[in-house]
Amino acid sequence: MSPILDIHDVTVAYQRKPVLWDVDLIIEQPQLAAIVGPNGAGKSTLIKAVLGLIPMASGSVQVLGEPVARQRKKIGYVPQRESVDWDFPVSVLDVVLMGTYGRLGWFRRPGHAEREWARQCLNKVGLSQFERRQIGQLSGGQQQLVFLARALAQKAEIYFMDEPMAGVDAATEQIIFELLRELRQQGKTIIAVHHDLRTVPLYFDWVALLNMRLVASGPVETTFTPENLRKTYGGRLAILDAAGEAMKAGSEAP
Amino acid sequence: MSASTLSPTKQAQTTTSRTKYASGLSPDWLLPAVYFLILLFIAGIWFRYLEFSTKDTPKALGIIGIGILCSGCCSLLGCYLVLRRMSLIGDAISHAVLPGIAIAFYFTGQPYGIGIMLGAMALGMLTSFLTQSLHSLGRVSEDASMGVVFTSLFALGVILIQLWGPRAHLDADCVLYGDIIFTMNRTVPMFGHEVPRALLALVPAAVLTLGFIALLWKELKIVSFDPALAAALGIKVWLVHYLLMGMVAGVTVASFESVGSILVVAMLIVPAAAAGLLTDRLWQMLIWSLVIAAHSAIFGYLSAAALNTSAAGMMAVMAGVQFGGAVLLAPRHGLLSRWLRNLRLSVRIASEDTIGQLYRAEEAAALPAGSQLAAIRPSSAPVGIIGWLSRQSLRRKGLVATNAVGSTELTHQGRNAARNIVRAHRLWESFLEANFDLPSDHLHEPAERMEHFLDPDLQQQLDQQLAGRQIDPHGKAIPQGVAVPTSAERPLPG
Repeated sequence: MSPILDIHDVTVAYQRKPVLWDVDLIIEQPQLAAIVGPNGAGKSTLIKAVLGLIPMASGSVQVLGEPVARQRKKIGYVPQRESVDWDFPVSVLDVVLMGTYGRLGWFRRPGHAEREWARQCLNKVGLSQFERRQIGQLSGGQQQLVFLARALAQKAEIYFMDEPMAGVDAATEQIIFELLRELRQQGKTIIAVHHDLRTVPLYFDWVALLNMRLVASGPVETTFTPENLRKTYGGRLAILDAAGEAMKAGSEAP
Repeated sequence: MSASTLSPTKQAQTTTSRTKYASGLSPDWLLPAVYFLILLFIAGIWFRYLEFSTKDTPKALGIIGIGILCSGCCSLLGCYLVLRRMSLIGDAISHAVLPGIAIAFYFTGQPYGIGIMLGAMALGMLTSFLTQSLHSLGRVSEDASMGVVFTSLFALGVILIQLWGPRAHLDADCVLYGDIIFTMNRTVPMFGHEVPRALLALVPAAVLTLGFIALLWKELKIVSFDPALAAALGIKVWLVHYLLMGMVAGVTVASFESVGSILVVAMLIVPAAAAGLLTDRLWQMLIWSLVIAAHSAIFGYLSAAALNTSAAGMMAVMAGVQFGGAVLLAPRHGLLSRWLRNLRLSVRIASEDTIGQLYRAEEAAALPAGSQLAAIRPSSAPVGIIGWLSRQSLRRKGLVATNAVGSTELTHQGRNAARNIVRAHRLWESFLEANFDLPSDHLHEPAERMEHFLDPDLQQQLDQQLAGRQIDPHGKAIPQGVAVPTSAERPLPG
């Protein structure tokens, strides 16, 4: 049985300067996993590189034993809420329907079955009464829930979520957590960038500590230790910064 | 004369936006249809009034039709450019296709037709590709690389046309400014009829545009809204992008002969931008932009005929006029409706302040004489138009009445409403005192602002946080809330 996610020695560079160094991460069993680390640690970068949204300088990623490009239908994605224009002229239901686009393939439009499914997903996050609203008329927490409903509509096996709980109120955070736990109970894997250290042990059962490199990963009980946190948050590794600059300078030298 | 060209547009827009206010239930396609028909009616009257001779009428209608085809195609694609914040790439492409036209002309020997279009589409995609690679390879910012690519290609095109053009009536002026008036004169024989040459490019362009949008509807939508998710779903974002750029180039060049490259830019952006203000659904935006583009062509031609000036120029002006109308009168995002919303909010605040003061006065009168708490803050009744409107609104809702001695007093209903306002005010003061490090004389003003926005739900939350506190920081009792149906008027969003 191949692991659910196998990140093998992934390095990501912007203009030849690595921002993520040699990340090696294997998730064998379905997990509710958090990616944790300070600002600029490369958390979102890791997710984007895994999904193939930005190129990797080296390394490879396999999902359920196959390259990502062949497993797209099994991968769900929740981008950061700020990454889209919420004034865009679409309704809430339209956005949720987008989750079904990947299964439809070129040219085919979502039909009755897809609409019904999108409505069910919207109902799951409790926003059925807003289905005809323009998305900009929702609160920040509701927008985040719409993104989650859209991810549910993808019917994926493994979900990557970029800060799904950022900027939402306590009640919404609870709703999101319940949804994640339900997905987990259905045997899905969730990998979420998370910013609130206090709630990591509460919400997640697996954690990856990241700061330009993978500091530690594993079950929360054994990995989420003060010692590991100190290593993650105790400043950047100055030598990595310097080495990155050296690589950039080396490639630009005449 | 110019006044007469402006007023029909404006009147019709007022009418349609009123329709929108009145009927929230109307089907979504009704508004653009009503707007279209009203303006078409006005155009019809104007057309009669301009007294085209019988010989000229078919020609005039032909020119208008060609104008509608051009601006319609441009505006549909323009919606996606506007939504993707790429309005200026339309500008860039419409200039950069020039060498494509020149090269295609060199090989086909025809200054029109499908060959020119293919040449332009190739150059359109090349522009987009060069811009991106210059940006990602070199240390050139995106806008600078766009500026470099399109000016260089444009210059190259001008030179190629000057080198090769004279051999067969292809001149730079025509490509830049177009000449819609003569499009009906330049005909080619086809199926036994003399067909305007411009149609050879415009009809395929229109068919391609409609087909492109219909086939790639969902791809265009998701790539415009959330390209990251689109890529994660396995949709080829780059392919959709280059196809769109190719379509823009193709439509641009098809419109060249009629409206010229400079006015194509206006038709790509202005109707789409206006449409974006008028609706919040993508398909409605496309329909609105079509309607606005069509009327730009119709009224542009009519006003040009009336003023004896450039038709293509007046078409762009008419698009601008309609955009201005949309800015002013758009139902949700327009200046007028925003102003009305603010006015309504001001009136509500003024009325609530008034009844709050009356309530405090009653409260003070009921206290034993000489009590310190009896001192109420002096306040002036709201003045001006807002004051008048607020008094009207209070009387209409039956919250205040004039008593026997001629002064204003609260009705029973009004007292309940006022109690809620005062309750909100004092709850907020208590909340500030408990949670903010503020001196006691700084509590009143923030509470004065907040009292209008604390609905019963928030009031209850505050009450719970304050653990049922009875007395505000100034020693006055916090009144209990009362369910008041008339004050259910929620604070307006925005």
